[in-house]
This record gives sequence, structure tokens and C-alpha cells, in this order.
Amino acid sequence: MVLHWLSEACLLAGSFLLLTGALGFLRFPDIYARIHACGVTETLATSLILVALLLKSEAALPQVKLLFILLFLMFSGPTASHALAKAAWQGGVRPRATRDAGERPASPAGR
Amino acid sequence: MRYTIAMACVLSLFWLLNSGHYNAAMLGMGACSVLLVTWIVHRMQALDHESTPAHLVLRLPRYLGWLALQVLASNLDIVRRVWRRETDIDPVVARLPLPQSSDLGRVIYANSINLTPGTLTIDMGEDYLLVHALSGDLCDALATDEMSARVSELER
Repeated sequence: MVLHWLSEACLLAGSFLLLTGALGFLRFPDIYARIHACGVTETLATSLILVALLLKSEAALPQVKLLFILLFLMFSGPTASHALAKAAWQGGVRPRATRDAGERPASPAGR
Repeated sequence: MRYTIAMACVLSLFWLLNSGHYNAAMLGMGACSVLLVTWIVHRMQALDHESTPAHLVLRLPRYLGWLALQVLASNLDIVRRVWRRETDIDPVVARLPLPQSSDLGRVIYANSINLTPGTLTIDMGEDYLLVHALSGDLCDALATDEMSARVSELER
């Protein structure tokens, strides 16, 4: 019973995060900012929904498969967003409304 | 040879966890496919400490636990920024140092940056990362080097 409600809560939170990702995608100004918004859907939202399904399923095998799906998504998500950003950057797309587009010489930690 | 055996073991485990059919015929076919794939990968000479990173297995859980907390925190941060009446963003592009020497360490670091929403690796050079951050403070938080230091710890 507790598991059931925990699972429902995860589903609800995951759905809210999916909505947030979509909203961020619409509201943010350029491709780079939008990738950040989609980051919410591809990390926490996906994890929450998969965890919810994990709690719902009773057999061990589907649970293991869900864990594998989660694992693969955690590898492919960031790689895909990097590929997207790199392609945009090399295509000459620069972030809109940046304080200092281009290269900031050194971070506070410095080189 | 060590890597080949490790690869075969991991593949067998993966097959067993995914299959769910444990009669002789299915197990036989599973064993055949594992052997075939292991042989192909062995022939390709694609097996080294990178494809079977056994040295990471012990240290990885601790890093992943820490990373999960970071991902959670940055997700909540982005949610806050998205739902504000005026979207609260001030994007910055910065070069960050990339002290990791092994390819695996560099990929783990860059992917960790991507995994936390709000920071995104655009490009990777010999000794720097080009990072896009949704705001200056996210970038500064990254530049404090905690993540970088943890990854370096991992690859040692």
C-alpha cells in the first residue's frame, strides 16, 4: 500500500517535471538554454517515472530491465545533448543574450 | 585475456537478467551468442581497460551517489528558473580546465557536466572544456572544481 502511493507520487512528480521541461523548452531563448530545459526531462523526470514503474512491477525480471533502461538513458542522454550542442556551436550558432559570448579567459579556479 | 573473460562474464550476466527463459535450449543459444560476441570483440582487439573498467567498479558507487544528489539539486534549480514569471537566466560560455588525462576520465567529467541540467559541455580540447551554463553562478559552482577533483580521484 505504501509502495503504491510512493509510486503514484513518483509518477506525479515525474509528469510535473516533464511539463516543466516542455515549458522551459518554449520559454527559453536559444538552443543551448533549451537543451538545459530538456535536461530536466531526460534526467530527473525519466528517473522518477522509471522508479515509479519499478515500484509498481512485482516480478524481478521487468524490474531489472527497467534498471537497465535507466542506466542506458543516463549514458545516452548527456551524450546526445553534447552532440547537439557541439553541432550547433560548429554550425556557428552562438548563445543569445550572453553576458560575454565567446571565451571567458579563466574561471575563478583558473588554469 | 583477463578482459576477455570479464567481458564474457558481464555478457552472460546481462543475458541471464534479460532472458527469463532458463531451459536447456535457450541457455545453449545464450551461451553461443555470448561466445560469438566475445570472439568478435576479442578479434577486433577492442578490449582494454576502457571497455571493461574493472578498476572503477569499487569507486564508482560513491561518485554516482554524489552525482545523483547534484543532479537532483540542479534539476530543482532549473524548475525554479523555468516557472519564474521572468525566466531567470543569464547564460555564460566559459572555458574550464580539464585536468583529467585518461579518455575515460575526461568523458566521465564531461558527461557529468551534461547530466546536471544547467551546465552543458559544448566542446572539448586538449586541456580545456567549453561549457555553456544557464547562469554565471552555475558556472562558478562548476569552476570550484569539486566535480573535477572527484573525477580525478576516480581515475587514479
